[in-house]
Amino acid sequence: MNQNYSRGPSLTLRLFIAVVFSAGLMFLDRYTDSSTQLRSYLTAAASPLFYVASLPETLFSGASEQFMSQQTVLDENSRLKDTLLQQSGQLQLLRFLQQENEKLRALLGSGAGVTDSFLAAEVLAVYSHPFSHQVVLNKGSSSGVTEQQPLIDELGVVGQVVSVGPNSSRALLISDNTHALAVRAERTGVRAIVEGLGQWDLLRVMHLPHSTDIREGDRLLTSGLDGRFPEGYPVAKVVRISQDASQPFMVVYAEPYAQLDRIRHVLLLSGRTAVKEDTPAPEQP
Amino acid sequence: MRRPQRLSFIYLSLFVALLLTVMPMPQLVKLARPDWALLVLMYWAMALPQRVGVLTAFFTGFVVDVLVGTVLGVNALAFSVVIFVVAQHHLKMRNFSVIQQALLLGMLLALYQLLLFWLSHFLTGVYFRPQYLWPVLTGMLVWPWLFWLLRRYRRQLKIQ
Repeated sequence: MNQNYSRGPSLTLRLFIAVVFSAGLMFLDRYTDSSTQLRSYLTAAASPLFYVASLPETLFSGASEQFMSQQTVLDENSRLKDTLLQQSGQLQLLRFLQQENEKLRALLGSGAGVTDSFLAAEVLAVYSHPFSHQVVLNKGSSSGVTEQQPLIDELGVVGQVVSVGPNSSRALLISDNTHALAVRAERTGVRAIVEGLGQWDLLRVMHLPHSTDIREGDRLLTSGLDGRFPEGYPVAKVVRISQDASQPFMVVYAEPYAQLDRIRHVLLLSGRTAVKEDTPAPEQP
Repeated sequence: MRRPQRLSFIYLSLFVALLLTVMPMPQLVKLARPDWALLVLMYWAMALPQRVGVLTAFFTGFVVDVLVGTVLGVNALAFSVVIFVVAQHHLKMRNFSVIQQALLLGMLLALYQLLLFWLSHFLTGVYFRPQYLWPVLTGMLVWPWLFWLLRRYRRQLKIQ
């Protein structure tokens, strides 16, 4: 069998080459800025593979849509029209309230109200490894995307942009193991930090003392104190609280509102955040 | 030295393994998804070590890095190390029964997860959770069937 290795370098040398190259790649990806560009090219090159891999699912859901009866489509249409009507009604009220709010702010002499503008983006690829919850978006610096821009979907906060290429960008989801953001409980105004666990449907609320007033079902909204996420967007709902006196803090888990495992379209928020940029950010992603 | 024959079929099997790696799955299944690419590489490194070795593992690992979004090079390194061990002991491992192989590969899969976690922890600061070890168990359970399937595949197509 030894003659099998007679061609080319020995096994150990090959391992050495592989280790050196991997170390170089890790350094390049982690500690230099060129990786975003490289990543977006590589992702673009690998996108056919993603496409083929999601083909069975697409075919299945496509087929079920094909066979949906006309009645179902009509029903859905009327339901959607209903929702639209209701929401545009609420929107009219919102406009009025916004104007009123701005007037009151002007009377108080405080800073101008926060005006956010949205940029819709489509999700090209979802990275699903437990160590990395990230998505690739189809908008890049040519559409005005910048780093640290927050992402939301129709239900809540999704994540933030971490690296921008010319025509695509990469965003870290709030469920990523290395992500944290500042929140406030809607009911009581208690401030906290929500950390990702590497799980799509569970986040952890950190550093809450045992005496904190928090209940299951409490809505957690962004507090704007991290200087990245504007104030007031829904993040998660508290689902589980365990009080163990031997632990220094309460162990509180929350479920994100955004459907992180099935996002297709997201909105990139731009505009001024509620807190000025020079506020120290509590957590770097 | 035999001439290489139908090497493209080896790459085809690796391609299918990569597809399985990124195929959308329900959350519960996803966490326990076996490391398909590594298992298939292990089979080839055991059966045809002169064709599939450390460098093939490196490139496959690199593609996995691109696909699943870990820091580039992390999977490449872990794959290379594990396949190095398999390639070095392929003669011994071939003589084991499939069950013994599965147990041994379980240890190698755990080594892979450990390397992956350790590198990711060092580079991005992830925390360890016991759920990350599910792929080790499912990989061991899948191995006998995968071994049988790939051996048939190799013999039917006369890949050398």
